[in-house]
Amino acid sequence: MVKLVYFAWVRERIGKSSEEIELPASVETVSDLLDHMATRGEAYAELMQHRNAIRVAIDQEHANHDERIGDASEIALFPPMTGG
Amino acid sequence: MDRTASQIVIRIQADDFDGESEIAALIGGRADIGAVVAFTGLCRADGDDLAALELEHYPGMAEAEIRRIAEEACQRWPLHGILAIHRHGRIAPGERIVLVAAASSHRQAAFDGANFVMDFLKTEAPFWKKEHRTDGTSGDWVSAKDADDEARKRWAES
Repeated sequence: MVKLVYFAWVRERIGKSSEEIELPASVETVSDLLDHMATRGEAYAELMQHRNAIRVAIDQEHANHDERIGDASEIALFPPMTGG
Repeated sequence: MDRTASQIVIRIQADDFDGESEIAALIGGRADIGAVVAFTGLCRADGDDLAALELEHYPGMAEAEIRRIAEEACQRWPLHGILAIHRHGRIAPGERIVLVAAASSHRQAAFDGANFVMDFLKTEAPFWKKEHRTDGTSGDWVSAKDADDEARKRWAES
């Protein structure tokens, strides 16, 4: 099981701030995860049309889409940051 | 306390802060600090219909990411200390959002350190701003600016 956490418009479009899911063995990279999420329902599929705008953090560290997930326990999906 | 170490203080909080007392605490009476550069970011209303910005953040990562940025600044410049306070929650136009201060023996390192931390904080620290309108509706999420990415990239080691 991996905990997925969502922020800003990613959270709003999915309609929840976090969830725990079982990842299929075929999911090895962040990009694989995004592919898999697109199959989880209409809201996910629509969200993944903006996948290039989605940033990812693995265990609270920024990760590129080609990065391997490994044994991550928490993966966050969010838009580009706008703090400061 | 080790007088050669850089003091890094990072706080993520809902409450407002008092810049003067925070900067005094950063200096801490040290006589070897000759320069402090402090940047305060305020909630700006570009039009007349912004009621507030709502700052969302990723608890844990927000602090860790700013700390990582501050540590890198301390490796690049001879800084005695860095302070970063970032608020979350609902913030009205004119209110303070962020304070970044860098202390050094001389001004150039303090200017560069504070500038560097702000540029990376804008693009790497997990915060997001949502607009709330005066008519009670919520507006858009603020879009990331290309100019902020460009500002960060200019710090690449040449």
